[in-house]
Amino acid sequence: MAVATASGNQRQVRGMSRQEKRNQLLGLLFIAPWLIGFIGLAVIPLGMSLYYSLTRYDLISAPRFIGLGNYVRLFTNDPDFWKVIGNTFYYVLLGVPIGASVAFLIANLLNTDIKGRAIFRSIIYIPTIVPAVCTAMVWLFLLNTQFGAINGLLKAFEWPTIPFLSSPGLSKPTLIMIYVWAQGSAVVIYLAALQDVPRSLYEAATVDGANAWHKFWNITIPLCTPVILFNSIIGFIGAFQEFTLPWLLTQGGPAKSTELYVMNLYRNAFVQLSMGKASAMAWILLVIIVVFTAILFSTSARWVYYGGEK
Amino acid sequence: MTTVSQTAQTAPRKSDVALPVPNTSTGKRIVSVTKYALLLFLAFTWLFPLYWMVITALKNDSQVRTVPPVLFPNPLLWSNFAGGWARYDFNQAAFNSIFRFSLPVVVFTVISSLIVAYGFAKIKWRGRNFFFGLCIVTMMLPWQVTMVPLFIIFKNLGWLNSYLPLVVPSLFGHPYFIFLLRQFFLTIPEELSEAARIEGANEFGILWRIILPLSKPAIAVVVLFRFLWTWNDFLAPLIYLKDEAQYPLALMIYRLQQTASNMGNTALAYPHLMAVSTIVALPVIVIFILAQRTFIEGISVTGLKG
Repeated sequence: MAVATASGNQRQVRGMSRQEKRNQLLGLLFIAPWLIGFIGLAVIPLGMSLYYSLTRYDLISAPRFIGLGNYVRLFTNDPDFWKVIGNTFYYVLLGVPIGASVAFLIANLLNTDIKGRAIFRSIIYIPTIVPAVCTAMVWLFLLNTQFGAINGLLKAFEWPTIPFLSSPGLSKPTLIMIYVWAQGSAVVIYLAALQDVPRSLYEAATVDGANAWHKFWNITIPLCTPVILFNSIIGFIGAFQEFTLPWLLTQGGPAKSTELYVMNLYRNAFVQLSMGKASAMAWILLVIIVVFTAILFSTSARWVYYGGEK
Repeated sequence: MTTVSQTAQTAPRKSDVALPVPNTSTGKRIVSVTKYALLLFLAFTWLFPLYWMVITALKNDSQVRTVPPVLFPNPLLWSNFAGGWARYDFNQAAFNSIFRFSLPVVVFTVISSLIVAYGFAKIKWRGRNFFFGLCIVTMMLPWQVTMVPLFIIFKNLGWLNSYLPLVVPSLFGHPYFIFLLRQFFLTIPEELSEAARIEGANEFGILWRIILPLSKPAIAVVVLFRFLWTWNDFLAPLIYLKDEAQYPLALMIYRLQQTASNMGNTALAYPHLMAVSTIVALPVIVIFILAQRTFIEGISVTGLKG
C-alpha cells in the first residue's frame, strides 16, 4: 500500500498534465498579490522587528545591537512597564468578560418574543460603526465634571459630581463602561447564534417541566458556547490591542492610570523614538496574545459544546 | 417529532398549571412590561450619547454651561455646522478622506481580494491549502509587531506624510476579505466555470463574467466594511500624516478637539466640535440604515467587527 501511494505521488509530481501545469501557474499568479504582500508587509517586517528589538535605534543613528537589553530593561528596570501591564490586564480581564456577558444578555432579551427586534438591534449596533473619534468626543463631553450631561444633572440636585475620567480610581472602570457600550457587533453575532438554536429543544424541555432559567442554563448557553469562544478570542485579542478610544479620552492619564499597553508602545515608538524598545514591547505583546489564545483554546474542550462531537 | 412539538405548543407550562388563571395573565403582563421597559432603557442608554452629540452641536456657549443640562435647546443654532466646518480646512479633510483614502483603499481591496480569493477557491493547484492557511494566520498577527518596521520601510521610501503608506498595502489583498470571498466562491457550483472553460473563456474572463455577478452580496460586505474601517481609521493616519493639509476627517476632528480644550467653553468651541463630529458620523449612519441587511449578515456570518 505504502509503495503504491508513494509511486502514485511521484507520478503526480512528474506527470502533471499540461492542464495541471497551467493551473499550477495560474493559481500562483492569482494569489501573487497576496503572496507579495505577505512577504513584503509581514515576513520581512517581522524579521526586521525581531532584529530591532535587539538593538537601540532612534531612527537617526544606525541601530546598535544590544542583545536582550531591551527585554531585560523592560522587565527589571522600567518605570512604566509593569504599571502598563497591570492596567492592560485590568482592562482586558474585566472588560472582555463583562462586555461579553452584557452583550449575551442583551441578545437573549432581543431573542424573546418582542416587537421591533430589528430596530432595537440597530440601536444597540449603531454606536460601533460611528467613528471612534466622534464617540470619544461625545463621551468626553458627557462625562465632563463641570458641564457633562451626567454631572450637570447631579449638580442640579446638588449631589457630588463624579470625576469619571479625572480620578485614577474611576478612570479604568469608566473606560470599561464605554467598552461595554460599544459591544453592538457582539450582540448581533450572539443574536444570530441564538436564532439558530432549534426551537424543538426548548419545546421538549418545556414538556419536561423546565423553567426559563433551566432552559437558559442547560440549552441556550451550551449551544452558544462555540460562538462565545470565538467572540471571546476576538474580544481578548482586540482589547489587548486597544488604542484609539483611551488615547482620545485620557491620553493615558490621570497619573498613567489608563495607559494601556499599545498606547505606551505607540508613545515609545513615535514620541520617544525608541524603536528598539517599542519592537521588544510588540514581541512581548505577541507572546501574551498567543499564550492567552492558546489557554482559551486548550480549556475550550471542557466548556465548549460541539453538537455531541468528541 | 410532530406530536412532541404539538403537545409543547398546547400544553401549559408546569408553573402555569400551579397558578390560578387570572394570576397567570397578570404575571405574563408583568414580564412583558418589564421586558419592554428594559429594552427602552437600553435603547435610551445606547442612543443618548449620539443624541447628546447632535443636541450639543445646536447649542450656544451658555446653553452648554447650563445646569441642569439643556435637553431641548431653543433656539437651535444650525449655523454651528457651517461654523465648525470652517474652523479648519474641513473641505480639504473631506476630500482627503473620500478621494485620497477611502475610495482607493476600497477599490484596491475589492479588486486584489477578488483575484486572490479566486486563486484560493476556483483554481486547483498544489500548495493552495498551505498558502491559504498562511493567509489565515496573518489575520491573527497583531499589527503592532509590524508597525515599527513598516514605518521605517515607508520612511526610507520617502512616503511619510503622504497617503501611499495607507493606500498601497490594500493592493495586496486583505486576509479577512480574501477569506470571506473565498468561502463565498466555494458555494458557486463548479459546473458554471467548467461550461465557460469549454467555451474557451480564460480564468480572468470566468472571474469577471461568471463569478463576479454572482458574488455581489459578498462584495457588498467587503465594500461596506472596508469603507467603514477606512473612514473611521485614526491610528494609521496619526502615524503617517504630519501636515494638516494631509489630514483625513478623523485627524482633523482630533485637531479641533485639541484647540477646543485649550479654549475651554468659549467661542462655540464645543458646539463646533460636536457639529463636525455629527457631520462625520452621519454618512456612516446613513449607509448603515440603507444597507442594514448587508451589515447584519456580514457580521453574523463572519464575525466582522464594526
